[in-house]
Amino acid sequence: MALVDTLNAWHRKVPTWPFYVGFALIPLWWLYLGLTGGLGIEPIKELEHRLGELGLQVLIASLAVTPLRRFAGINLIRFRRMLGLVTFYYIALHLLVWLLLDVRILSQIWADILKRPYITVGMVGFVLLIPLAMTSNTWSIRRLGPMRWRRLHQLVYLAAVLGGLHFVLLVKGWQVEPLIYLGSILGLLMLRLRLPRVFLRA
Amino acid sequence: MAGRYRSDLNWSDVTPKADFLSRRRLMAGAGALAVGAMAGPAMATLSANGFTTDEKPNSFEEISGYNNFYEFGTGKDDPARNAAALTIDPWSVKIDGLVDKPGDYAFDDILGGVTLEERIYRFRCVEAWSMVVPWVGFELADLLNRVGVQSGAKYVAFETAVRPDEMPGISRGYLDWPYREGLRLDEAMHPLTLMATGLYDQPMPKQNGAPLRLVVPWKYGFKSIKSIVRISLLDQEPPTSWNMANRREYGFYSNVNPEVDHPRWSQASERKVGGGLFAARQPTLMFNGYEDQVAGLYTGMDLRQNF
Repeated sequence: MALVDTLNAWHRKVPTWPFYVGFALIPLWWLYLGLTGGLGIEPIKELEHRLGELGLQVLIASLAVTPLRRFAGINLIRFRRMLGLVTFYYIALHLLVWLLLDVRILSQIWADILKRPYITVGMVGFVLLIPLAMTSNTWSIRRLGPMRWRRLHQLVYLAAVLGGLHFVLLVKGWQVEPLIYLGSILGLLMLRLRLPRVFLRA
Repeated sequence: MAGRYRSDLNWSDVTPKADFLSRRRLMAGAGALAVGAMAGPAMATLSANGFTTDEKPNSFEEISGYNNFYEFGTGKDDPARNAAALTIDPWSVKIDGLVDKPGDYAFDDILGGVTLEERIYRFRCVEAWSMVVPWVGFELADLLNRVGVQSGAKYVAFETAVRPDEMPGISRGYLDWPYREGLRLDEAMHPLTLMATGLYDQPMPKQNGAPLRLVVPWKYGFKSIKSIVRISLLDQEPPTSWNMANRREYGFYSNVNPEVDHPRWSQASERKVGGGLFAARQPTLMFNGYEDQVAGLYTGMDLRQNF
């Protein structure tokens, strides 16, 4: 398992801060593109969709950390907090674009949140991420204790399913892409189910 | 029928095919006519004849670069990227059902019997974006009168070409192909209902439904079926694609109506494409602003029920 060993050795050496910086810059780059005509004919929707999709991708990456360690022996645990916080950053920006650039009409925003299932689902998913982002630091883990902290952070499973569902519900017709996202999320969650020993031994 | 909208141009002006495909000459005439109609005292939303809006049209690049045509993919830029493969010459339209002269009509033959004119229409997508499009085309009524609508006909059904080799979306099964649309006969015969063959001074771009598409400006955009290969006159309401895909969300009529929301989003407002990153939404108008012209078609109907 040379590849796994290399990855694990790399994991210990590489710092996380360049990832924070890199991921944080992407939306700023997109904003620049949007202001200069680089996001196509309908830049508001493009920015909104890109932020939502990248948020889901990073969320899926964070959900993959545990299965990768368990089934492939690849340890990326040091990056998990970064992936979680970056997810929150993108989804918060996605929401802000919807509020401040897309809809803007306060009465319609409220009506949408209450009446439109895909928006309701997306909002609930985002709200669930707030306590997770607030406690994604070492001080909170100590304060809550590892057991309670872990229980709290299992909320991400529900938030991820709601995020995938949000995508599936909003498209018109039968489209594969959102189903791939939701399928990946459900698949990664199923890998966490406790398998009977028979399966593990085989 | 030609003449309901005055135009001094007729088929003899555009006999050579190269000419009617480029339409530059025709457009010069129609443009002058439209400007004349707009020079009236009141800058109303619609010009005096009620057909052409004076709002600023979207650019050719916006109209041909951002749209839905699921046969070529579900992304807004997929049609522009993939439609080049579509063969539009030769093209014929099968006209059948309750008509006096059924048959396969070549595209050139269809154009031979009509007068082309420019109509600048608002276009409102069911997804709450909109454009203003300078179409070139003829009234559907002209074609229907030519083939002779029989007295029992109450509806018109349309079908889009199905070309799995040329349309990557077909094999992905987004909808139950062929794409189907339909109108009530009085809607089809309405002078606003256009069969478009071009936009600006260009022949219809393939991604916008070349060579021949429907434009029904008071209905959501998906009713304006593209790349038509079949027109059938029927005595009952035909099945239509989005209604078949989701009966609850897409009705047969699908008239633009700010008071009847889509189950998943509001239809009260829309954003005109092309305004950049800070473009605000604008209120959606009843029947997309064509209320004076078409509300009479629906007198006594519950528009909430018949959405």
